[in-house]
Amino acid sequence: MDFVFKNKRITGILTILPQKVVTFEEEMGNYSFSTAKSMKLKLAMGYKEHRIAGPGQCSSDFCIHGLQYLFDSGLLDRDSIDVLLFVSQSPDYYMPPTSNIIQGHFGLKHDMLCLDINQGCAGFEIGLIEAFMLLEQPSINRVILLNADVLSPKVSDRDRNSKPLIGDAASITIVDKSDDDSVIHANVKMDGTGAFALNIPAGGFRLPSSPQTAVIEEDSAGNFRSKDNLVMQGDNVFNFVQREVPPMIDHLLTQSDITKEDVDWYMFHQPNKFMLHKLADKIGVPYDKMPANIVENFGNASGVTVPTNISYNLGESVVTGSRKVCMAGFGVGLTWSSILMDLGYMKFNKMINF
Amino acid sequence: MEQKIIKILTDLRPEFDFTKNINFIEEGMLDSFDIVNLVSELDSTFGISIDGVDILPENFSSVDAIKKLLVKNGAKE
Repeated sequence: MDFVFKNKRITGILTILPQKVVTFEEEMGNYSFSTAKSMKLKLAMGYKEHRIAGPGQCSSDFCIHGLQYLFDSGLLDRDSIDVLLFVSQSPDYYMPPTSNIIQGHFGLKHDMLCLDINQGCAGFEIGLIEAFMLLEQPSINRVILLNADVLSPKVSDRDRNSKPLIGDAASITIVDKSDDDSVIHANVKMDGTGAFALNIPAGGFRLPSSPQTAVIEEDSAGNFRSKDNLVMQGDNVFNFVQREVPPMIDHLLTQSDITKEDVDWYMFHQPNKFMLHKLADKIGVPYDKMPANIVENFGNASGVTVPTNISYNLGESVVTGSRKVCMAGFGVGLTWSSILMDLGYMKFNKMINF
Repeated sequence: MEQKIIKILTDLRPEFDFTKNINFIEEGMLDSFDIVNLVSELDSTFGISIDGVDILPENFSSVDAIKKLLVKNGAKE
């Protein structure tokens, strides 16, 4: 499904990272790899270090810390917020919505919309598309897109598919109406027949958590996890990404009537370095235009990897100037989505720790 | 090409004999993490980038299968 938008822009991105850094060397004893194999995988996959939330820290805590920072530093006027759009797979509660909790924490105005969306690795693109659609309304001038995930507590310490790469983080993206009439092209595709390629079997209404769902079992690949833990069918996800993402990017560029070379940066979701380099090779993009350093420095925090990528790698370049950026996310759902737009002259683009 | 492939496989999993005519995947000689390391080594040794859609277990089940995969992806004999 294709989308076209005008007169919208991103005016600020703040990424909020946990202070706690965990290195691969600290954890590699859990994975029953030989040291030689671990070191090779470290290079190929980007196993280096990741950021993990502290005990009791939830997704909303990172959003609240970031919003407080923006209010205190004069980068965001609390009364200007028309929508709080919270995109996550790790809400604080089943009910109420986490966006309402955040609104209530700050005592924000009642004349606004709070909305939670359950999305993962494509959560930044899905959130932006939703924000752009909301901004078509005359009553909405500013959407605050909150991407946040604290999924590390759901990943088994002995799951070598997922544990070395998981990260926790949040980002706050300010999306505004604008006089700028440059066109934003976007697309989304979904395939629910692959919904369980990434899943947490227990803990919902279908299979409530119990002592039985907490029993740790070994799978055929040597991972140890319970039904309360996140499961990723790594091979299926890898094949899905390699099959679907390159044609999606080709289609986006065709729709936008620009060439690969016209794009300054390819800011993609980062499941692991190996997968990203294979995508770059297939699409025909040099590695230095598609940074792959987020997963090795911070971990994969689902929908937060793309804004982290923008904050970490583009920094002030999109505050003092403008860049044409192709963003893409792909994962749980299965969902894959991409956006081509100009990022520039933003009020801020930075990272803080919490 | 066969000798280079066998050397890479043996460096990766020295406990196995990759000259035997058996299915490396079915016999548990290569897991998905080995395939990641194997692809990285094959890419750099043969100066190619194996297409991501070809990274399927059946394409690493024997020396012959790996050779076909390399040729398909542009490696020279």
